[in-house]
Amino acid sequence: MAKRTALYDEHVKLKGKLVEFGGWDMPVQYSGLADEHDTCRTKVGLFDVSHMGEVRVRGREALAFLNRLVTNNVEKIQDNQAQYTAMCFEEGGCVDDLIIHRIGAEDFLICVNASNTEKDYEWIKNHSPKGVSVENVSPEYTQIAVQGRFAQEILQKLTDTPLSDIKYYWFRQGRVLGKEAFIARTGYTGEDGFEIYVPWHSGPAIWCALLEEGQKHGIKACGLGARDTLRTEMKFPLYGHEIEKELNPLEAGLGWVVKLDKPDFIGKKALMALKEAGLKRSLVGLRSLGKAIPRPGYVLESSGTPVGVVTSGTLSPCLKVGIAIAYVDRSLNAIGTKLDVVVRDQRVPHEIVETPFYKRPY
Amino acid sequence: MEFPSGLLYTKDHEWAQPGADDTVTIGITDHAQEALGEVVYVELPKIGRELKEHETFGVVESIKAVSDLFCPAAGKVIDINSAVTSDPALVNSSAYKDGWLIRLKLANKDALKDMMDAQKYSAFVQSLK
Repeated sequence: MAKRTALYDEHVKLKGKLVEFGGWDMPVQYSGLADEHDTCRTKVGLFDVSHMGEVRVRGREALAFLNRLVTNNVEKIQDNQAQYTAMCFEEGGCVDDLIIHRIGAEDFLICVNASNTEKDYEWIKNHSPKGVSVENVSPEYTQIAVQGRFAQEILQKLTDTPLSDIKYYWFRQGRVLGKEAFIARTGYTGEDGFEIYVPWHSGPAIWCALLEEGQKHGIKACGLGARDTLRTEMKFPLYGHEIEKELNPLEAGLGWVVKLDKPDFIGKKALMALKEAGLKRSLVGLRSLGKAIPRPGYVLESSGTPVGVVTSGTLSPCLKVGIAIAYVDRSLNAIGTKLDVVVRDQRVPHEIVETPFYKRPY
Repeated sequence: MEFPSGLLYTKDHEWAQPGADDTVTIGITDHAQEALGEVVYVELPKIGRELKEHETFGVVESIKAVSDLFCPAAGKVIDINSAVTSDPALVNSSAYKDGWLIRLKLANKDALKDMMDAQKYSAFVQSLK
């Protein structure tokens, strides 16, 4: 049976439509996907993201260990700073993508994908040296994302921590509604906002307080459906779509978090070899020039020859056209390139465009 | 949720309304449109196409989902609702009327005899919950 977050009863009260995702019963939508998407873009959206996993890594060697484990340079971040990174297999494919929060040089909180929590925990634990403790602390946290232009104003009502002092990809330990919390200025929507990690059982009270404080700003609960269309408009990768074991971060456009100039890390050799041999594919953004909507798995063609595949595709609620994230042969990755997406028995023209597809106006 | 009594229904959540001269109008049910959410794209067959029973004749898509349309009976497409291809939300707002999808000339007269009436279909939908 699928697991339930501490906010399950709140989703039922809000008439959320529940589906199984990553082993959890999660709301896919409440009022309607398009409305929720629009609310997050123009006002503020509230997301239960408690299905995400959290792994705590502590010990004197924690920093050095993490730096051997992931592709980004963990030494670059300071206390209270967060960092996005990939974590690779020796062969260069992705174990997962993560956000590492540096609480201190010997204490880190890592946020991992829901469906990968067990796998990531095992992977991290199995590679950890003596003296480093690795703990799956996922059951301890309700994670809530408040996203949108009024996020700071609303969350500030529930905390003394001065939120305007927290920059993008930084966090603070503070209190929310009197409960100990990590308050991070991060998100998966392209809007300004926060992801807060609060004690599991205080989830419902904090969720309800945010809904109440946000009422005058038009806050709405948003489901996984909107979360996915929002991240697709930003071309943020999703594990299982843009990244997975058989896909490497360099071709996934995550070269900016792969520091090949830092000392050895898992996957470095394979990634260097890939780069030397020449990358074969690029992850690009496509915009439909027709009416049909590109979907994951649809094939891309250039003059009738298969040249790639769609990894995420949807109707963009903001742009009102079909958009896709897709792998294409590297020789065809230029902005403006016209390619066909095979939609059932038709070839629908698409164009490679600049990403993100959406840029926030504030 | 509404299941008008004059219509016939399938387990794939399509409805059919028999007309004159062995013609039938086909659409998706209130249950189907509600499960799908906001319909943003509809693809229908060309007029004149011969369809077999249970053949896929098009798709309805929401922002996130693609749902195939299955033909309840063999026949030839004699009309399609071009209003829904330009305004797919009609499928949500008027599933049984303005949101109809295609009109068929049936290949044989008793092709609809295995379909459910409103009462049976309503019970079927209940059983899915």
